[in-house]
Amino acid sequence: MLPRTRLGWWLLALGALLLAAYPWLVPPFYVTLGAKALIWAMLAMSLQLLAGGVGLVSLGHAAFFGIAAYSVHLLTPEYESLSILVTLPVAILAAGVAALLIGALSLRTKGFFFLMVTLAFGQMVFFLFHDTACCGGADGVSVGRPALGALGVEWTLGRGDRSLVYYYVNLAIIIGLYLGLAFVLRSLFGRVLQGIRVNEHRMQALGFDVYRYKLAAFTLSGAIAGLAGHMWVMSDGRVNPELAGWHLSAEGLLMVLLGGLHALHGAIMGALALTGLNEVSQLITERQLLVQGLVVLLIVLLLPRGLAGLSLPGRRHKAEADDDD
Amino acid sequence: MTTEPILETFALTRHFGGLAAVDQVAIELRPGELHAVIGPNGAGKSTLINLLSGDLKPTAGRIRFAGREVAGLPAHRMAQLGIGRSYQKTNILRALSALENVRLAAQARHGQTRLLRIAGREASLVEHARRALARVGLAAEDKSAGSLSHGGQRQLEIAMTLATDPSVLLLDEPLAGMGPEETRHMVALLRQLAADHAVLLVEHDMDVVFAVADRLTVMVNGSVLASGTPEAIRGNAAVREAYLGEAVA
Repeated sequence: MLPRTRLGWWLLALGALLLAAYPWLVPPFYVTLGAKALIWAMLAMSLQLLAGGVGLVSLGHAAFFGIAAYSVHLLTPEYESLSILVTLPVAILAAGVAALLIGALSLRTKGFFFLMVTLAFGQMVFFLFHDTACCGGADGVSVGRPALGALGVEWTLGRGDRSLVYYYVNLAIIIGLYLGLAFVLRSLFGRVLQGIRVNEHRMQALGFDVYRYKLAAFTLSGAIAGLAGHMWVMSDGRVNPELAGWHLSAEGLLMVLLGGLHALHGAIMGALALTGLNEVSQLITERQLLVQGLVVLLIVLLLPRGLAGLSLPGRRHKAEADDDD
Repeated sequence: MTTEPILETFALTRHFGGLAAVDQVAIELRPGELHAVIGPNGAGKSTLINLLSGDLKPTAGRIRFAGREVAGLPAHRMAQLGIGRSYQKTNILRALSALENVRLAAQARHGQTRLLRIAGREASLVEHARRALARVGLAAEDKSAGSLSHGGQRQLEIAMTLATDPSVLLLDEPLAGMGPEETRHMVALLRQLAADHAVLLVEHDMDVVFAVADRLTVMVNGSVLASGTPEAIRGNAAVREAYLGEAVA
């Protein structure tokens, strides 16, 4: 999941630099788009931890994204906004607790059933927001954006520079998230997750309570999806039920698949690529889904290791052949 | 041997539908003793091991390990208590290196309270794993487990079990598919292990069984037909008739 060579880490750093330079190279509209793409990258990384790290495919992960977003709405008084130092921990906590509960029940099933149960829970959350009066119903509702700053000192952002600031906040989060997950994957905990992905039964026989390890990973992953949901509210200023819907869950998985299951940075590449693809296909045709579908199909067929498998083919194949299945 | 049994079963029974795969089995394992279970295919030997390791839950009966009732505990609890097992059908983490397979086994026993340490810096677990690999005589620690020879995978299987530092070892046909050289090494290892473990060995190679076992239990159709020293079993008329035939006469 992580680069094995110094060169790999240098390439990642180069990628981060490119992302940092991006807003200066494109018109303002694309800065907004980039900021959103980085939020999708957060969501994709939360799924990557589960799918690539533990071998769990959840089809209900948008639920945690949505729960975090709606928790910001429920927390924030009308026509006001709260400090990010308040909203962010609450949103992450809400998503994490929801993931703990949903995970505790769903992880009693495996494989296909796990997929279906997470989908069912995800849709329950979707309809909770869609059909109840609490949060604006099907249309959603606007939310006071969490403010950067605390204790009365706030950074007031004009409409113009908002996107740029959000872009860099999101980029900083992505870098922090990558380093944090890199630590998790290299820890003794991460090694257990890898073992579970490869042979769950044997791990259990060796003395690992695999259910608890999977639940811990699921909760962590849900909390990260919550972080993404929070950042979405911040940049969009609205919530609507689609933020918790299965379509977003599936799109997150598509990003992971596109980027490659075997590398953590694949999630970021996949998210950026899919967002870019959506944009380009919208420009050239009205049948954008057709174009997207064909391109995704081609990438998956031609690059079984995803976009992340593209870099340094000769080196990577050899290095990863021992480790990944 | 007069030591107290560390693991004993009382009327242990497991049904699969209407079939009693293990039927009212009483068996005792003592530290320092190698107890072999033999019997024809379908006698319930592997099911017995699965019950003792927690892979299967008993339908009825009791299992006592080191003075406590453990029947029905899940497999990971049994392993944490010190009941280690190997599988008849090689059960390893094929995509990972041989060393990582064994290192994880060591971690299961010694590393579950410090999960947020960087794995690469936990040298004690790696050392522990290397000792287990050396003990079974497997040199290729960097190869992926799936690329090892069949015999190598069998050795790895045993090394993983050893690295969990069990006090009871349940070995399900550890010699199956090993070459002559590997078999010799493993037989010597079995003797060593029996010195400081309670070992339950299921094995089809009668030469090996009679060479290493301190005690033998013969199972037929899920029940214990006879139990005793190798000499007593060899002389037992019912056992000869049911299973051994003339081969060891």
